[in-house]
Amino acid sequence: MEQPANLFEQQASNRRRSFWLVTGFVLFFAWVGFGGDIAWYLMSTGPGMEARSDYAPHTVPWIGIIATLIAGSVCWYSWKKGAERVLWATGAREILEPATDGERRLVNVVEEMAIASGLPKPRMFVVPDADPNAFATGIEPTKACIAVTEGLLGALSREELQGVVAHEMAHVQNFDTRLMTLLAAMVGAIALMSDGMGRMLRFGSFGGGSSSRSGGRSNDKGGNPLALLILVLWVITLILAPIISRFLAMAVSRKREYLADATGAQFTRNPMALASALEKLDAAGEPTHTITKGAAHLCIVDPSASQLSRKEGFLGDVFSSHPPIRMRIARLRGMAYQQVKLESAG
Amino acid sequence: MGIVLLVVVVVVALWVMSAYNRLIALKNQVANAWKQIDVQLKRRHDLIPNLVNAVKGAMDFEKSTLEAVISARNKAVSATGGGVAQVAKAEGELTQALGRLFALSENYPQLKATANIQQLQEELTSTENKVGFARQLYNDTATSYNTAQQQFPTNLVAGMAKAAPAELWAIEDSAERAVPNVDLKMN
Repeated sequence: MEQPANLFEQQASNRRRSFWLVTGFVLFFAWVGFGGDIAWYLMSTGPGMEARSDYAPHTVPWIGIIATLIAGSVCWYSWKKGAERVLWATGAREILEPATDGERRLVNVVEEMAIASGLPKPRMFVVPDADPNAFATGIEPTKACIAVTEGLLGALSREELQGVVAHEMAHVQNFDTRLMTLLAAMVGAIALMSDGMGRMLRFGSFGGGSSSRSGGRSNDKGGNPLALLILVLWVITLILAPIISRFLAMAVSRKREYLADATGAQFTRNPMALASALEKLDAAGEPTHTITKGAAHLCIVDPSASQLSRKEGFLGDVFSSHPPIRMRIARLRGMAYQQVKLESAG
Repeated sequence: MGIVLLVVVVVVALWVMSAYNRLIALKNQVANAWKQIDVQLKRRHDLIPNLVNAVKGAMDFEKSTLEAVISARNKAVSATGGGVAQVAKAEGELTQALGRLFALSENYPQLKATANIQQLQEELTSTENKVGFARQLYNDTATSYNTAQQQFPTNLVAGMAKAAPAELWAIEDSAERAVPNVDLKMN
């Protein structure tokens, strides 16, 4: 079997990426913080500043220290509570005792897939949303959570539901959920920070007190090129960070969908069921309102129902969190064909 | 020269260690996968009396079929704890008896009206699936264990790890290959 080697590689790569994601995230916050400190320091000690009555060089880099501490806390919090926060944000409720036939079926199907994948049984959640969609989250496979919308329970047959749950279990097994959950938390944090810092910049809390601001600016003009360069770089990072982080989340997600489809098909040995489930999800087309943009990359199909995720080619590739559904269905059909061929040959 | 020899010895020792540990890990995985099958089979055996009770009233005329299911179930229960081939054979017979029962149940539309039949049907479907997936996991794990211990050069360490090929759960009968379609509802 080729699968295990491939699987371990995938797990190792996801662990590595999670580590670099966290490191990069902290470094980015540190740069934003300490960069701000340096710019402030250079401006507050710029030419002509010493002569002023309110001369106060910015010597303690407290912005940097605070930003790094915040980044560390966000990482720690994402690790500990990221999965819970994602679930909370979608308003999902846990199935403790299955109440309806649909829930009982879901619990059974999840148990079946836990057996097929050899993983512990994950916790199950239902999202109150009529649009069919599903996602998995959790830092460790032992603490995984699988959530499906009410619409999904109603729309899919048993086998199709099995295909979707298998796809989610594949994400859990590959450690995709760890990377994705961390990403979801961090994309949110970066967007928040970028907004906050941008507001700080606009209201001009730089250059000391508000009274010295206008004076400081005019003195600085053409003054210290290093200060200006750092400031420009700093602003550019702030503007680009939310965009880059979202692109990163999308790029990471797109590649993983094909693999999770394939691994899921390996669990059920029934690629056609997932293919027909994807067709139904595609046909539903309504956006999943309860799932916000920050968690879009966690879902089995793009919850924003944008036209882009149906497009192939460059645009569809760069601007969507999921590969085109047509392509995924085509690949699954290919697998089914291979399977039939093998069986009729054997 | 001495250093080169030392390095070679250390590298070989490290390799032997990792190959040995891999075989042991796989062996335990196979044992664990087999335990999983056991759990699901027990569930299956527990559900069958419920099934027979639920359909008995409606299918009174099919006594022989119902008795065949019961006796196949009892044989399967007594086979648990035996070897892979023995369990596989008993469970295969049970699957066939169940298949006949489900086929016959199609002649009894009143079953649809029986209370709990939908829930029972879901439980049965799930149990059949769980047995199937547990078997699939066992066969996959056993295959990678067998491959690992037979491939060169890991086979040199296989004796040390007391690795013996694990028996696969073979399905001889083609009728049994298809997962039985549990459908007590008439369409």
